Amino acid sequence: MLRLDDVAIMQGGFALGAVFAVAQGERVAVIGPSGAGKSTLLGAIAGFVPVASGQIFWGAAEITRLPPAARPLSILFQDNNLFPHLSAAENVALGLKPSLRLTAAEQAHVAHALARVGLAGLEARRPAQLSGGQQSRVALARVLLRQKPLLLLDEPFAALGPALKAEMLALLAEICTETGATLLMVTHDIADARAIAPEVILVAEGRAEGPFATGALLENPPPALRAYLG
Amino acid sequence: MAGGAEFWRAGAVAWWAEGPGGLRAADWAAVRFTLWQALLSAALSVMLAVPIARALARRRFVGRGVLITLMGAPFILPSLVAVLGLLAVFGRAGLVNQGLGALGLGQINIFGLHGVVLAHVFYNLPLATRILLQGWAAIPAERFRLAASLGFGPQASFRQLEWPMLRDLAPGAFLVIFLICLTSFSVALTLGGGPRATTVELAIYQAFRFDFDMGRAALLALVQFGLCAAAGVLAWRVTLPSALGGGMDRPVQRYDMGGAALRLWDGALIAGGALFLVLPLALVALRGLPHVAGLPPEVWHSAARSLVVAIGATGVTLAMALALAHAVLALGGGRGAVLEWLGLAALAASPLVVGTGLYLLIRPFANPRDLALLVTVLVNAAMALPFALRLILPALRAVQDSHGRLADSLGLHGLARLRILSLPRLRRPLGFAAGLTAALSMGDLGVIMLFAEREGATLPMQLYRLMTAYRLDDAAGTAVVLLGASLALFWACDRWGRGHAEA
Repeated sequence: MLRLDDVAIMQGGFALGAVFAVAQGERVAVIGPSGAGKSTLLGAIAGFVPVASGQIFWGAAEITRLPPAARPLSILFQDNNLFPHLSAAENVALGLKPSLRLTAAEQAHVAHALARVGLAGLEARRPAQLSGGQQSRVALARVLLRQKPLLLLDEPFAALGPALKAEMLALLAEICTETGATLLMVTHDIADARAIAPEVILVAEGRAEGPFATGALLENPPPALRAYLG
Repeated sequence: MAGGAEFWRAGAVAWWAEGPGGLRAADWAAVRFTLWQALLSAALSVMLAVPIARALARRRFVGRGVLITLMGAPFILPSLVAVLGLLAVFGRAGLVNQGLGALGLGQINIFGLHGVVLAHVFYNLPLATRILLQGWAAIPAERFRLAASLGFGPQASFRQLEWPMLRDLAPGAFLVIFLICLTSFSVALTLGGGPRATTVELAIYQAFRFDFDMGRAALLALVQFGLCAAAGVLAWRVTLPSALGGGMDRPVQRYDMGGAALRLWDGALIAGGALFLVLPLALVALRGLPHVAGLPPEVWHSAARSLVVAIGATGVTLAMALALAHAVLALGGGRGAVLEWLGLAALAASPLVVGTGLYLLIRPFANPRDLALLVTVLVNAAMALPFALRLILPALRAVQDSHGRLADSLGLHGLARLRILSLPRLRRPLGFAAGLTAALSMGDLGVIMLFAEREGATLPMQLYRLMTAYRLDDAAGTAVVLLGASLALFWACDRWGRGHAEA
């Protein structure tokens, strides 16, 4: 279970308060107007944005002040999820060992993860030699390999076309099922939320609240969300 | 790190300055001369650069790119090679005097104030031209299109588009060149000298080597540091332009090209500038090439020594610049800015000031002469540090901005991060910085003159000896070797940086 206890985030004049808990294995969409602090919320959970007060727990362990890599999570950003000078296999292998000095067994794991996302045979390609969808698959292969119990997505598929995005979401859902990971996914697209997230967290007017049941919330949105949905 | 060195240096120099020996009238004359020649050199360089850069900006011709690239070369050109080339053109038996003699006219004398200024203009005119050319390249093409639609001629274009750019850039270019000329040593050593044409830097050397008056040398070093620091502070307030960047070889579609007369005028300017730059070096190469094979063995020994110095200084500079850049970014905010400023402050410390300080620091513990090469490596590294930092810091900042979070989230730290992320992404600026440092160190005649004995000479020092001994054939041959080595080092490093096909 991911739990945010009275968390307050201050950045310049921006303030965000968050109180919510997400059960293990749950899939949650994070929605709200742009500029409301969705990315900031994920950044705080991932350890990139300092928390002014309050605590973040994963299960019984407090992770509020842990460095990003020590937290039990994987995060995918809007862009720059791959290192452009490294091959697909190396980009995935970083999830296993930052030194990139892999044993034969570990290399096999990497190849297997790439095959699982449908990229068998493309191990040696650099990101620039891959399509946008293939680049997303490489990043997902790394998520698969890292086996972290919590997965944060900051709209990594926003630049993909609708069909490709649907494909990625399906692959994402499979990966979450396989690894049993808890998913927090920022999205601008209500259809995404309906497609794979039974629950949503609403970030608006300086507060992050939820989770609410997706269908019920979207059918009867509070004023802030209604303004956003239009 | 740099701050500590700065502090100790200043401390050592100040401590010794308490001792005997004040400044003499000749020393004040050196201060006046230093300021005056730097002022003249900077003003002339910038004033001449304006029409040349303007001509280059609006004309397109075969070899334009090559010429602009060549204009970056004086930066890595050993100053003694430049002096030798200028002597071949303007010296007693040079081309100009031969021509004047054939016409039955009087001779010109290159030694003294005008010689020093001439050499500085030779060095800095291309630098100023490149800086201004960048300014021209930065004026959006749409602006010129709008000007054309309003019927602007060349004069109206100048007033409305080009003059505002020049007003922004020219003061910075002037200050950079002024700062470079303040610390002029080898040009003053070879073309100046005497009571009327001695720079402070040269006076330090003379007090040190000929009068053995450490107190006076230290006092002069303090004066020089004060001058440079004052100029440096001024230069810092006017954001300094960098002539290192790209984007200058992109000619803009211009509509204010004027008629045939203007075309002729631009052509003459470009040809004149190119001739002024290329002719001296061509003469050195022509005279020197036949003598390279017959050079005495000590020249090759000193070449090997210089190569060691260049490689050593390059390693030290890159390590310092990388460490400093990481520290600046890690500290962030105000403290990072202070550290960055300290790294760039080495611009204001002249080689002989640093050398004097190091000499006084080392003397209680060891014979400084035994450490001549090591000191040369360190001083050259410190001199190149500001340039390297300027190249590497923005690149590292860009890498951290784009991929820092990803690296953090994957636990990519320390040496693994350096090896897997930073070094591959920084390869290009690293190669360029390495090339600059290696070439600068190869050609530098400065601090080594304070320390080295006859047998420990570097290649530039060897060249200086041959010049003062009037062994001009050997000198020209040595100059060719020195020039070749500097260019080859730069080329090799820069090529390494570009070699990697980056995604």
